[in-house]
Amino acid sequence: MSLANLTAPTLAIAALSATAAAARDNVQVAGSSTVLPYAAIVAEAFGENFDYPTPVIESGGSSAGLKRFCSGVGANTIDIANSSRAIKPPEMKICAENGVTGIVEVRIGYDGIVFASDINGNSFAFTPADWYLALAADLPVDGAMIANPNTNWNMIDTDLPDQSIKAFIPGTKHGTREVFEEKVLLQGCKDSGAMGAILQINGADEKAAEAACMAVRTDGLSVDIDGDYTETLARIEADPNGIGVFGLSFYENNTDRLQVATMSGVLPGTASIAAGDYPVSRPLYFYIKAAHLDEIPGLQEFTQFFVSDEIAGPDGPLAEYGLVSDPQLTATQDAVSNRALLGGM
Amino acid sequence: MTPPAHSLLKSDDRTRRRRASEARFRACGLAAIGIAALALAVLLTSVLANGAGAFRQTYIKLQIPLPEASLDKAGQRDPAAMAKVSTFGYAALLHAALLDRIAALQIETELADQDVAAMISKEAAATLRDHVLANPHLIGGMAAMDVLAAGRIDGYFKGRVTLKSAAMDGNTSPQALQLARKLADADVIETRFNWRFLTAPDASDQRPEAAGLGVAMLGSLYMMLVVLALALPVGVAASIYLEEFAPRSRISDLIEVNISNLAAVPSIVFGILGLAVFINFAGMRQSSPLVGGLVLTLMTLPTIIISTRAALKSVPPSIRDAALALGASRMQAVFHHVLPLAAPGILTGTILGLAQALGETAPLLLIGMVAFVRDYPVAYSDTAGLFGDAATALPVQVFNWTQRADPGFAERASGAIITLLVFLAVMNTAAILLRRRFERRW
Repeated sequence: MSLANLTAPTLAIAALSATAAAARDNVQVAGSSTVLPYAAIVAEAFGENFDYPTPVIESGGSSAGLKRFCSGVGANTIDIANSSRAIKPPEMKICAENGVTGIVEVRIGYDGIVFASDINGNSFAFTPADWYLALAADLPVDGAMIANPNTNWNMIDTDLPDQSIKAFIPGTKHGTREVFEEKVLLQGCKDSGAMGAILQINGADEKAAEAACMAVRTDGLSVDIDGDYTETLARIEADPNGIGVFGLSFYENNTDRLQVATMSGVLPGTASIAAGDYPVSRPLYFYIKAAHLDEIPGLQEFTQFFVSDEIAGPDGPLAEYGLVSDPQLTATQDAVSNRALLGGM
Repeated sequence: MTPPAHSLLKSDDRTRRRRASEARFRACGLAAIGIAALALAVLLTSVLANGAGAFRQTYIKLQIPLPEASLDKAGQRDPAAMAKVSTFGYAALLHAALLDRIAALQIETELADQDVAAMISKEAAATLRDHVLANPHLIGGMAAMDVLAAGRIDGYFKGRVTLKSAAMDGNTSPQALQLARKLADADVIETRFNWRFLTAPDASDQRPEAAGLGVAMLGSLYMMLVVLALALPVGVAASIYLEEFAPRSRISDLIEVNISNLAAVPSIVFGILGLAVFINFAGMRQSSPLVGGLVLTLMTLPTIIISTRAALKSVPPSIRDAALALGASRMQAVFHHVLPLAAPGILTGTILGLAQALGETAPLLLIGMVAFVRDYPVAYSDTAGLFGDAATALPVQVFNWTQRADPGFAERASGAIITLLVFLAVMNTAAILLRRRFERRW
């Protein structure tokens, strides 16, 4: 681009940025696409019932959201980061380096991760061990690691239907993948006794054994989905043998197209997750930048509204959409009102 | 007399081969066009089939009693006191009104009261609340309103939801659909053209029936204004200088190569640039149409420059020579003679550049415009400055809606694509018409 082309927009920017740098009057949120629908529901109700502008909510993933959250303090940084996992110490360090020292952690509730297949196909009753044996890259057999030979679900357990293995699991950029690896693959590895066998083979290297447990086969029977659940659903509709990993709320909105599998004999649902019976669930969070609480109008009110009983309680709209409400919601409400900062900073 | 060895009237082998090869080439060309037309037809059919429903919407006609006891206990009609009644309070009134209506019509249903209430969109309570707060004199009387029906009920009247799918659906039931059918027969439920789809803002995942393109269209409009105001003058000035005044040298060649390069750079690169320069360095607002417009300006500039230079080049040198010979200065020659003759070409290029910018999503991802925005952005405010309010854009809204869980949003996404296609078709047709009308040939 020529020099002449560059100077004119630059001048325009210089003229405009003088006004644009003024304080912001709406709340800005970014982060996890799992939390996004919940945040949108709350933002909508907040905008309807309060005199503040409706908060602006972006998605982009937990890690991306926390990265932007930690990029600094000021009106052109976000106020809240949505996250489908807890913030990690290295991220808190980056936050602190950029001057984001006060962070309020808010746990809004729990989200179930369900395994669902085409409504017209076979029904499944899984255990974590089934998934480990179906998806592991290598399995320990007779004192050696061999490439996973299983290609049909009934090779793993004769009680499972005769259907070839085809799994659509979240890609590595999703927070859901981490939960899937830890609560399903690793658990299944331990349950099936493979963990012990791997430890014997590799000489009791626990870290390497865990990594081996969570390594997913790459021969095409397991497909990483980097997009959203809508993509997983489309893939299952195209391939009736496919079994996909979904969020509970997504499944509940598409029960006419998907059937859900039980895990260790428990049917996923808000009740079984709240009771702790259904094994694959994880907490959802958002993080507030404490320095913005007195600067951005409506931020304190929005966060209190988010965790209030009428929104996040068991009868509120979030629970209706598929969030498992937090039994310790009262403690969370206190933390938000008192602006209890995350320790270790 | 023996016939001649060669006759123009009789085709020999070579001529036949040439004709056959021409016929083959024509067939290939036709086939190529056929494939393209087929692809377009499939795309348009699927978009139209999926998206047509978005332009129709189901409403429930209700007479809603507005008791003073629950809406304004003090009876002072004080706006602050009245605002304390939240949408949850208004939702109860709507539910009671629908139940009363069903009882009055003597329609039998096995549905529980709360399932009947779920037939009304969650958006309706907010609509009623705004209506009452704007018209406090209604309190104590009745309000006649057409409120949105819930997404599944709406889908039933458009054929998206069937009794069979409802039986397996956790969010509705065949009984609810049958009740809805009876209400429609009693003229309480009506499906009609959906203006709200073009004017309403986005809605959350629980109310696909309320989602509209209003904010997205405003955002796109503001961005196009910014692009037009910056890219057109800058692009035309740059082209005139390069084409008419700049000496041919290494530097001008280098600039030319760079402009052509920039035209082919993936658009997301401009988004990265926008984030770094406009937001992080210049401190402009995230999600604002101003930043979006600036980013799209940078993206559109090369297109405009290239087409403007082509338009200037197509003006014959004799025009310039004649002007110069009669004593005009170089600038007079350009502005009095060359530019007016090149204007149709410049306009066409600008419109095509704008159409390209209108359909762009990738650079907007990085500057925060792929977002859930409910409030209409204003063009100017004291705090946000010019075009500083958060907004989305049409293609972004398509992208957002395709990711939502509720099947109702898939229909909305296709509806948004239709809207975007209509805008693009209008712009491209305008470009062709302008060229036809004003183009001069020498």
